[in-house]
Amino acid sequence: MSLLLKTAARNILRNSRRSFMTGSAVAAGALAMTLFGGFVSYIFAGLETSNVQRVGHLSVFRSGYFLFGSGNPAAYGIDDYRRVMDLIAQDPVIGPRLSVITPTQSLVGIAGNFSGGNQASKTFFGVGLIPSARDRMLQWDERHTGQVHRPDGRLSDDDQSRGLVGVGLARILALCGPLHIRDCPPAPARGSEPGDATKPREDLVRLAELDGAPSSETKSVSPRLEILSATAGGAPNVVSLAVAGAEAQGVRELDDNFIAMHLGLAQQLVYGRGEHKATAIVLQLHRSEDMAVVRTRLERLIADDHLDLEVRDVRDLSPFYVQVVAMFGAIFIFISLVMGVIVLFAVVNTMTMNVMERTNEIGTIRAMGVRRGGVRMQFILEGALIGALGAIVGVILAVAIAALVNGAGWTWIPPGNSSPTAFKVNVLGNPMLIASAWAVLTLVATAAALIPANRAARLSVVDALRHV
Amino acid sequence: MNTVDVKAAEGYGTTGGTTRARPDEDAAVRLRDVAKSYTTGEVEVPALRGITFDIPYHRFSMVVGASGSGKSTLLNLIGCIDAPTLGSVQVCGEKVGTLDDDALADFRAKNIGFIFQTFSLIPVLSAFENVEYPLVLVGTPEAERRRTTNALLEAVGLAAHAKRRPNELSGGQRQRVAIARALVKAPQVVLADEPTANLDSETGASIVELMRRVQAESRTTFVFATHDPQLMSQADETFVIRDGTLIEHRTQRSAP
Repeated sequence: MSLLLKTAARNILRNSRRSFMTGSAVAAGALAMTLFGGFVSYIFAGLETSNVQRVGHLSVFRSGYFLFGSGNPAAYGIDDYRRVMDLIAQDPVIGPRLSVITPTQSLVGIAGNFSGGNQASKTFFGVGLIPSARDRMLQWDERHTGQVHRPDGRLSDDDQSRGLVGVGLARILALCGPLHIRDCPPAPARGSEPGDATKPREDLVRLAELDGAPSSETKSVSPRLEILSATAGGAPNVVSLAVAGAEAQGVRELDDNFIAMHLGLAQQLVYGRGEHKATAIVLQLHRSEDMAVVRTRLERLIADDHLDLEVRDVRDLSPFYVQVVAMFGAIFIFISLVMGVIVLFAVVNTMTMNVMERTNEIGTIRAMGVRRGGVRMQFILEGALIGALGAIVGVILAVAIAALVNGAGWTWIPPGNSSPTAFKVNVLGNPMLIASAWAVLTLVATAAALIPANRAARLSVVDALRHV
Repeated sequence: MNTVDVKAAEGYGTTGGTTRARPDEDAAVRLRDVAKSYTTGEVEVPALRGITFDIPYHRFSMVVGASGSGKSTLLNLIGCIDAPTLGSVQVCGEKVGTLDDDALADFRAKNIGFIFQTFSLIPVLSAFENVEYPLVLVGTPEAERRRTTNALLEAVGLAAHAKRRPNELSGGQRQRVAIARALVKAPQVVLADEPTANLDSETGASIVELMRRVQAESRTTFVFATHDPQLMSQADETFVIRDGTLIEHRTQRSAP
């Protein structure tokens, strides 16, 4: 074996220029695959992190909610959700894997800003949550992306009246000024007309007063919105929400409609004085790889307790995440295929020329007693060596370039994100990617060498010896 | 010089175009009715036309003839790197026609050494490594390989050039390396196809002298294809080929 390796290595150096060019093609392939793979890996990690921070890994819903409940969340509340949460949290399989378990209440309705002479209202999509649980969920960063959101105290478990809105909704409801939102233009002045949607909603104000919530006239540091929604029984209900801030949601449709509020306030709005329920029990795990195990266990628990519940994971709840992952995955495979084909042809060409030039040598070693397999192995080994060395150079270059890019401090707005985030290429922290790119290109080079190697092995000894 | 005309030998002669030499049970090489033809396009060109003769062990034998007479083809058949169209070839007691390709390669590795006209050294290996190569093929342990290789390089006068690559050696030195390579595994038979053709007369003479000396010491069976008179003069046995037919077998020196 050592003689084979020695001969292979020296033959590569013998045609150093040709070997260099072929090795460069392999290196370029490895560089492209590793860098793009690192970039894709960082995108995936960022997307996963932001989605898991937002919706957790798994959500338990009342059966049918996922497909039909968004139009009427109140009708799909989970009965006795605290008992269900205890059941899940105390399970020996799920419990140790849990990072956060928290109920949420979805709701839809109309939000209006009638303070300070404003007369703006807008339909909204809202979620009621427990602020401390939300803060803990926003700390999740298993992939070390750095997308950790420090608690800002705008929402508090102790103050049910406060909430957050999407930046788009804040703009529409004329909250840019009070909330000091940058790059948020005030709405153009428009005269009131009979039947105009911006007409004062005195009915909402009166309903809020009847409900006991502070009215829009209440002096407050935070601007207030009047929130109208239908209760589970179908009656209109209004609460007043102190808007503690605005958060961009990344997706325009969501940004223009989103309100986050305390779970208690959402339940008060949806269930009034009736039994307070939750539309979802959100589970965030310590590690994403436990998702399948926990999901299976959850489904078993639900079945054993005959609960009318279903389980959905982050991919079900964020189809955009799945689509982006699929798209980048497809691009990565396409680039890898192109690089693989380039490497394949480069190595086939080089090894074919090597076989032609060394035909007499092949005849000589065959005459001396080297089997066909030995000749084949000789050329395969040379192709593999060129591939392996080129791929090593490629991944080393990729690591160096990734370090430069990561240190450059560039930012960009990834798909689905609302704010700029660091532009990074996750190469060094991704040994599987490095190993895969190296192994794939080495394998391609080895496989490419197989064609000329077989041709060399099949040569007639006599014809090879006659070759000049 | 004891010259034997095979046509006149008792019980043997030309029959139906087949020339026979005296068979020898102890023959290193035994050819029986060996014919070989090549196909060029649709034309079949006969290279050997049914040759039967034996080459004894421990002799310095020459296959001589003009260019195109078929002597190289004959050497290829004896060297088991080509197969006859008809007839049988037995080398060192082995009927090589029954062996598959891998078995033939193994047989060559153990029993046959080659010396080529163009030296055919492996350019990326040093003189030492070229000589060592056949020992690697037969699985000789490293220490023994090193000892044997050094001894052979010493024998051919190239111990001081062991680390040089072929392109750093003269033609004569390369052929010496080739001789050492052919002999290093102590093969039963060494085949040399025009080993002096690419050398000047002085170097050729020294190579012939070297081969004669190592043959005398090792008693290896040497079979040459040549038309070099200098080399032919050293023959123990001479087989004269013309147009693919053995026309004469001479024994110049008796077996010791």
